Amino acid sequence: MSFDDLLNIVIMQGFAGLSLFAVLLLMGLGLAIIFGQMGVINLAHGEFMTIGAYTVYLGSTLAEFISPNWVNTYFPFAIVAAFLIAFFAGWLVEWGLIRHLYQRPLDTLLATWGLSLGLQQAFRTFIGPKEVSPTLPDWIMGSWAPSEGLDIPINGMFVLALTLFVTGAVLLALHRSRWGLRVRSTVSNRAMANAVGINTQRTDRLTFSIGCGIAGVAGAAFTTIGSTGPTSGSLYIVDAFLVVTFGGAASLLGTVVSAFGIAQTQSITEFFLSGSMAKMITLSVVVLVLMLRPQGLFASKIRR
Amino acid sequence: MKHHNDTSSISLETPDESRRRILLAFGAISMAAIPGIGSAKSLPGVNTTGMAITDTEVTVGQLHSATGTMAISETGSIQAEQLAIDQINAMGGILGRKIKVIKEDGASDWPTFAEKSKKLLISDKCAAVFGCWTSASRKAVLPVFERENGLLYYPTFYEGLEQSKNVIYTGQEATQQILFSLDWAKTEKKAKSFFLIGSDYIWPRTSMKIARKHIEDFQKGKVVGEEYYPLGSTNFGSLMNKIKLQKPDCILAAVVGGSNVAFYKALKAAGIVGSKQLLVTLSVTEDEMTGVGGANFEGFYSSMKYFQSLENDNNKKFVAAFKEKYGPNSVIGDVTQAAYLGPWLWKAAVERAQSFDVDKVVAASPGIELTTAPEGYVKVHKNHHLWSKSRIAIGMPDATFKVVAESPELIEPNPFPKGYQ
Repeated sequence: MSFDDLLNIVIMQGFAGLSLFAVLLLMGLGLAIIFGQMGVINLAHGEFMTIGAYTVYLGSTLAEFISPNWVNTYFPFAIVAAFLIAFFAGWLVEWGLIRHLYQRPLDTLLATWGLSLGLQQAFRTFIGPKEVSPTLPDWIMGSWAPSEGLDIPINGMFVLALTLFVTGAVLLALHRSRWGLRVRSTVSNRAMANAVGINTQRTDRLTFSIGCGIAGVAGAAFTTIGSTGPTSGSLYIVDAFLVVTFGGAASLLGTVVSAFGIAQTQSITEFFLSGSMAKMITLSVVVLVLMLRPQGLFASKIRR
Repeated sequence: MKHHNDTSSISLETPDESRRRILLAFGAISMAAIPGIGSAKSLPGVNTTGMAITDTEVTVGQLHSATGTMAISETGSIQAEQLAIDQINAMGGILGRKIKVIKEDGASDWPTFAEKSKKLLISDKCAAVFGCWTSASRKAVLPVFERENGLLYYPTFYEGLEQSKNVIYTGQEATQQILFSLDWAKTEKKAKSFFLIGSDYIWPRTSMKIARKHIEDFQKGKVVGEEYYPLGSTNFGSLMNKIKLQKPDCILAAVVGGSNVAFYKALKAAGIVGSKQLLVTLSVTEDEMTGVGGANFEGFYSSMKYFQSLENDNNKKFVAAFKEKYGPNSVIGDVTQAAYLGPWLWKAAVERAQSFDVDKVVAASPGIELTTAPEGYVKVHKNHHLWSKSRIAIGMPDATFKVVAESPELIEPNPFPKGYQ
């Protein structure tokens, strides 16, 4: 084992941590917006990701059906479509379900859990119980090997780039747009925001839909990593909540830092210990930190 | 209790013990002398335990997950068992009786499996049950089958360390599948160091324990890594680097379910591909390949007893019949084929015993041969597992398998291997 080999492994291990960070952040981002900004616990978050993933599958099936040339180009369009479809589904859910329950946070928990079970069964009945994976374009598969023995996964780089883009866009929108201003004022004082003429109902609906749309993008991106089945969402939901709660509910920056912390802990312990052990240690660290700081890493400094 | 009406025509079916003994004392000849009862079908002893069997029909149960997370795997087994039963019925059934199937859904939930097996045995009085897939579901129904003296045909390759009077195991137990592939890796591929990877539950852990013993004690090789990941895990980045650090001659993998797809995508993304690295898996059949994708598995090896591409007349007929019934795009994996054997093995045992009684069928089972099995000739061992061949096949880009090695002889099942525990 030469020094070069070791250096390669250190670089690749660093990247493994980064790409897990990207996955966790993308998972948690939509939830952070909905949970953090609106206080709604959306247990159907995983199913909105599944909707996004199935959209990509639909796109790949269509592309193969129309022409083989499309297989190499459909993917970016499928991600946009995943956002739009999940956004629209979120809009419907907010209108039909969530808006009636804003005063009852525990009931939203129950209602969205029911929704998630319903959606899972709908996937199973209408799409099928088998797990599917879309045919991905060649440019996203395999590895980028700048030198001998150094392989950087292309799908990992893709997810990382997408996550940075989405996170940047959300932060920008939240702090530089009229929508962001309305959201932030609604979060800090709903009654006062209403009084100064902000339509908080519409703000809520848009916020919820954007959160769901981002979940759709996350699901679409994850088709490059794993497969999609009716219950895929339930695999993601625990990690997503972990990231958001650990980071501090009302802070997007907290979500970023928490995703980074969890990803690095997990990935480094995984390298030195076994996979199941790493998960246990990561969870223990999270529990310990939450015992010391129940508000999460970054508590928002607003008066409640 | 519908079957009680069905059975009213046969006096032999009454549970009343003393009356049955008298009838048996009269014997078959006196029975045959009574007009209307004396058909060949009503031989005494065909059914002495009050199971749901009439002169024209025998009821069996089918217990798999049609819904839930295991539906992806168990659907093939449901289809294959139904196909075998349809074919047997088309040939005139068993002892002149058509097979009627009662389907129950275990819903990927182990307590549900136990409940449904009680229903099939106690209220439906099934003569045999074809079902279960995961070891967890088998362990859940086992006490029920033993208490009610039922008969279960279990199709999955599994970890061994079990043998029950009431179960016939039509898949391979761990040593049949593993030892041949390890010996093949050693002699054909000169592998000396092994990296063992599995999902974190009983089957991979037991299989890897056997593999480690065999590598270290019998092959004098080295295990350079042994890793387990939670079921459903999709995060294999660190694992790839560990593999690169250890540079094993051979990776032995038993990753299952959704993780399987993520695992092979991660290997490809890390530049660990079939042309550079030897990998033998115990858990990728044609069923999994549809999800994993040919491009991600190309050049890796799978160790099973059956592959859809096997070149023999039995298999050609089986594949053609399966595709005719379930569509040209359907695929047949190892377990699907093993499930197909269940009804045929039961038919052969019943015909040898000339009775549907579980005790007699069980007693007649050892030594039952099947020359028509798609995997080739199989035989039931007295330990209720099958003598079968083991095979290694390489994954092709179009998601099919090409067999590259086959054990020369049938491998004796050995569910309690000495020196491996």
